[in-house]
Amino acid sequence: MRKTIALSYLTVVLLGPLAMLFWRIWQEGAGKAWSAISEPDTLHAFKLTIEIAAIAVPLNTIFGIVVGLAIVRTRFPGKGLVNAFVDLPLALSPVVVGLSLFLLYGRTGWIHIGQILFALPAMVLATVFVSVPYVAREVIPTLREIGDEQEQAAHTLGASGWQTFWRITLPSIRWAVIYGVVVTTARCLGEYGAVAVVSGSISGRTETATLRVQDYYENLDQAGAYGVSLMLGLIAIVVLVLMTLLKPKEGTA
Amino acid sequence: MSICVRNVTKRFGSFLALDDVSVDVETGSLTALLGPSGSGKSTLLRIIAGLESPDAGEIILAGENATARSPQSRGVGFVFQHYAAFKHMTVRDNIAFALKVRKRPRPEIRTRVDELIELVQLKGFGHRYPAQLSGGQRQRMALARALAAEPTVLLLDEPFGALDARVRAELRAWLRRLHEETHTTTVFVTHDQQEAMEVADSVVVMNEGRVEQVAPPRVLYDEPKNQFVMSFVGQANRFGDGWVRPHDLQVTLEPNGLTREVLIERLVHVGPEVRAELVRDDGVRLDLQIARDEADRLELAAGQIVYVRPTRERVF
Repeated sequence: MRKTIALSYLTVVLLGPLAMLFWRIWQEGAGKAWSAISEPDTLHAFKLTIEIAAIAVPLNTIFGIVVGLAIVRTRFPGKGLVNAFVDLPLALSPVVVGLSLFLLYGRTGWIHIGQILFALPAMVLATVFVSVPYVAREVIPTLREIGDEQEQAAHTLGASGWQTFWRITLPSIRWAVIYGVVVTTARCLGEYGAVAVVSGSISGRTETATLRVQDYYENLDQAGAYGVSLMLGLIAIVVLVLMTLLKPKEGTA
Repeated sequence: MSICVRNVTKRFGSFLALDDVSVDVETGSLTALLGPSGSGKSTLLRIIAGLESPDAGEIILAGENATARSPQSRGVGFVFQHYAAFKHMTVRDNIAFALKVRKRPRPEIRTRVDELIELVQLKGFGHRYPAQLSGGQRQRMALARALAAEPTVLLLDEPFGALDARVRAELRAWLRRLHEETHTTTVFVTHDQQEAMEVADSVVVMNEGRVEQVAPPRVLYDEPKNQFVMSFVGQANRFGDGWVRPHDLQVTLEPNGLTREVLIERLVHVGPEVRAELVRDDGVRLDLQIARDEADRLELAAGQIVYVRPTRERVF
């Protein structure tokens, strides 16, 4: 009974819409979708999406590990606040994130340094903002679970703080980090709202893959929209498979 | 002296874990820190290792003030109750850790690890991971790991606490032998008086953050300084103004001026000795231990009235 409910729910909420997407691409003809995908502006959109992810993911991975260690292993005033702030992007709508960046770096904002809005910097900032929590949220419970005895042992054996981090802490949390990286990457590739506000969505320049879908759709080019969506869908499936492969290993790490 | 603890005080919030503690540990000795839980024994060990810092007082290691030194520069080996094995490393890599972080040459590391594996009897287990070892094996690996860099002192925090009784007994005997071979100054924490008495050549009895007595096991048992030590390192009966051990009671069938009348409530034969629970006419209970032959000669049985007299009594 419970299994039936869970399966029906997943079918209606997740699989239905995705199946519809594939069905429509089939109807429109795979050739049309393919030609849309191979358009220079679409290729540029994918390249830009990957570039943004390539900057945002390492930044948030390092931040996630550092903030995780700070929260679990040290005591400092305002720790609870930092812990709560890490989750802020989960609670805040990406559109609001985009708007606040827009206001901060816009003509009436406080910060004016070079071209930030409608360019790569703002898009990276928006993406970094929305994908902050994922590595930290994986790392924090794992750090708590392994405790600090192994690290203490390493210290008494003569390891410096840095040696202890590289030889003991990082290998112990590696699966949590990898899992966090996969989720962060997925989040970065799929980001829409915040980037939409700050990018200006200029085709061939500041348009990411998700914005490209919107662009095609508004211009009534359904095959194009479906084609790009399909690519994003395939990436999602790859991510899903990676996550499934990594998840069980978490416990044994 | 290998370790000198000078007037160390440590608080955790409002809890006074160590209250002006001073202890000397002789070079080459095997010392037990014995006390009930919350007595401060583990805290003292962790302060010696540098894993906790004292609020006041000093730690002097091999004649040098080490109070401000970090754990990695104190030259101590530390063994944790729950092993703290590096789970992602093999037994060999665990043992080699201290040598690798010191950037010792590879051949030297290999020889030393082989030596240690032999010493802790883990031959053939070098390529296993900690998860594939039994508790006793893991603890021996942790010991080898702590010994790798030839520490001046070896500190063990309830090293056998997580093991079952049989493995515990084996490891105790083994630790004793290991100490005889290496002569590394060793301090171990335990709440088990039998373990302390069997293994150590000097016992530091702690209670409520203070040192009650420091003495070899025999002296501790025969000449306890106070009532706490008397009853913690063995059984003790209140007898008048003094205290008497269960085996220091003489049993007679007839009263004389010095004896007290008691009822034998229960009688148990344990190997070569007989243990009895006695009740005095005023309701006070006493434990008695006598040799089996003696009990047989007196034909002791439950429900019988006999007379006891302390042969050796301590008054505090």
